[in-house]
Amino acid sequence: MNQIAASFLLNISSLKPANMTKQIIFAVALLLTLGVFAYTVFRLISFFKLTKPAFPVRNFGKRIMVMLNVAFGQTKIFRRPVLGFIHALVFWGFCVILIGSVEMVVDGLSGLERSLRFLGVVYDLIMGIGDIFALIIAISIVIFLFRRIFLHVKRFEGIEMKKASHIDANIALTMILLLMLSLLGMNTAYVAQQNTLNESIQGLFPVSAVFAGLIDNLSADQLHLMHEISWWSHILLIFIFANMLPYSKHFHVFMSVPNVFLSRLDPLGKLPNMDSVTKEVKLMMNPDTAFAAAPGDAPISRFGVKDIEDVSWKNYFDSLSCTQCGRCTAVCPANITGKLLSPRKVIMNVRARMNEKGPGMVKNPEYSDNKSLLRDWISEEELWACTTCNACAKECPININHPTLIVDMRRYLVMEEGSAPGELKAVFSNIENNGAPWQYSPEDRMLWAENLEMKVH
Amino acid sequence: MENKKIEIPVMADLFARGEKPEYLFWVGCAGAYDDRYKKVARAFAKILTYLDVNFACLGKEETCTGDPARRAGNEMLYQMQAMQNIEVFKMYEVKKILTICPHCYNIFRNEYPDLGGEYEVINYVQFIDQQLKNGKLKIDQAALKNIGITYHDPCYLGRANNIYNEPRNILKSLTTNLIEMERNKSFALCCGAGGAQYFKEAEKGEKEVFLERAEDALKTEAKIIATACPFCMTMMTDGLKYKNKEDEIKNYDLAELIVQALDL
Repeated sequence: MNQIAASFLLNISSLKPANMTKQIIFAVALLLTLGVFAYTVFRLISFFKLTKPAFPVRNFGKRIMVMLNVAFGQTKIFRRPVLGFIHALVFWGFCVILIGSVEMVVDGLSGLERSLRFLGVVYDLIMGIGDIFALIIAISIVIFLFRRIFLHVKRFEGIEMKKASHIDANIALTMILLLMLSLLGMNTAYVAQQNTLNESIQGLFPVSAVFAGLIDNLSADQLHLMHEISWWSHILLIFIFANMLPYSKHFHVFMSVPNVFLSRLDPLGKLPNMDSVTKEVKLMMNPDTAFAAAPGDAPISRFGVKDIEDVSWKNYFDSLSCTQCGRCTAVCPANITGKLLSPRKVIMNVRARMNEKGPGMVKNPEYSDNKSLLRDWISEEELWACTTCNACAKECPININHPTLIVDMRRYLVMEEGSAPGELKAVFSNIENNGAPWQYSPEDRMLWAENLEMKVH
Repeated sequence: MENKKIEIPVMADLFARGEKPEYLFWVGCAGAYDDRYKKVARAFAKILTYLDVNFACLGKEETCTGDPARRAGNEMLYQMQAMQNIEVFKMYEVKKILTICPHCYNIFRNEYPDLGGEYEVINYVQFIDQQLKNGKLKIDQAALKNIGITYHDPCYLGRANNIYNEPRNILKSLTTNLIEMERNKSFALCCGAGGAQYFKEAEKGEKEVFLERAEDALKTEAKIIATACPFCMTMMTDGLKYKNKEDEIKNYDLAELIVQALDL
């Protein structure tokens, strides 16, 4: 331990304190970034306060396992193996490169250079792996951009995919590409500069070392300038990107891991119980209370989901995490066969409707714009096309659950408005009257077993 | 060879005699009323009788689980049905429920517990698979002449409850020629009937879902489409009719295939 501490002190004392102006500019940029981000976070919290409870978040052990498996293991995105693999590379690369970004913030504030280098071999590895991943991510992003711009991928089309959605996607990808190029530029300049000055290189840079060989004719000053430009571009891009993300579909970068941690843990086939209905049904079925007046103190709340104030915090969390990849819609039987329903649209509409109505409701809980999520954003035709097959939920790489929300909207339609396709109303009345979706008498329930014989061998 | 008459025991009669069966065989509305699916109920009853299983049905005391109502948004009606059923199960001290319909299975297993109804719920594919594994059920693999079979995963067994292997184990005991559709297991395409769609016209679109799925099945060139759900069965059979393939290709339920192989 003493040795490590000693070498750390030695490292620090050997660092050249950089010009204080750099530190001041950096601190101002960081404060600005954090300030804008804090504003965004408070805005989102005020929106979350408008939502309804979903399920209690328990079972931390299981949640961590799901997170390691689905988020860090990227298991669900591998359901489409080729692009899934490319995405996984980008994700894993981000995780490593993030450590370097933290170092840059420490460096920027302290005026030190490569402040994490006291980690020794671990530092070498982090830098080395990050350097390789920077190239891999840059190549992956070029592939993604190429696919989006030149190949007509069906899953990126659809009524919900407006021009703005495509621009959003391409901006986010371009930002990531610039981030990787600036990172590689920074590493390359650093390696070349150290080589020119015959100084030791902190960390491993297998990719940038190759690039550095291409610019070894530049002077130490030129290389230093290149390093500074790359360093500042990289960190400022991170700051800008971080504040763009919450307003982009790429908010996914922040939200998807927590969203997976907060997954619904029930089997896909299970719909959540409506306890408010249980209470009413119990009152109805109890002969002592069946004909009594409804208790006056019962809070007036709506059955099901009509508008944004009825959705649960999890529905809203899902909508903020969705990156519009369209894997859900691509497997939806209704969508495949040309129906209006697109599970991706349902999730996107929750976010859009919150942006539309949320600010008004934050100021005044009674606020109304005479619109609602149901009908103005999501039509009955879409809702009734769902087969609750759960293909969408199974496919979603970050465990978004679409069918429960669709059923919640049907619950509003049926229980608050008595609205449903005619055939379904007939099914309801058959179940009520004769205990089956068809109009047959319970007396006939054993007809299937008449004259039943089997061969005895 | 002789024929043996099967009397399906009814819970109320057994209880009147002071007997209590091990299993409740929940027939479901399709098993009781749908002419095609009645045959599946009969087939599974034969298997139960063949295996000497101690079971009974509810007969006219059976009523809808509430699944189509629930998935169509009528939570009130669902809960009324569920509580009614839970009362009946309590009266007959039901502990184990055998179902042939995946929708009934799912709702008993996953949703009734929220209303206080906790049972050991067993789908018939799990039950048959178990009997094959413990050796009580022995199938001659040559009985069906190694015919090509493809299996359509019902959403409410597959994705909803992760039951993928049991039906395949059963089919592998019947043939060495099990051909998977391109979209299978958790990737399987819905037949188009779930979520109460069965009972209504589909919304307007370019194509019926069941045709899309029937095409998947036809591509395998299997001679039999095996299903394990009453709604899937109607949809796949309709698909075969639309494609004019009903003479060459047959749609059977897993229980029916077992009965054919055992020649019951």
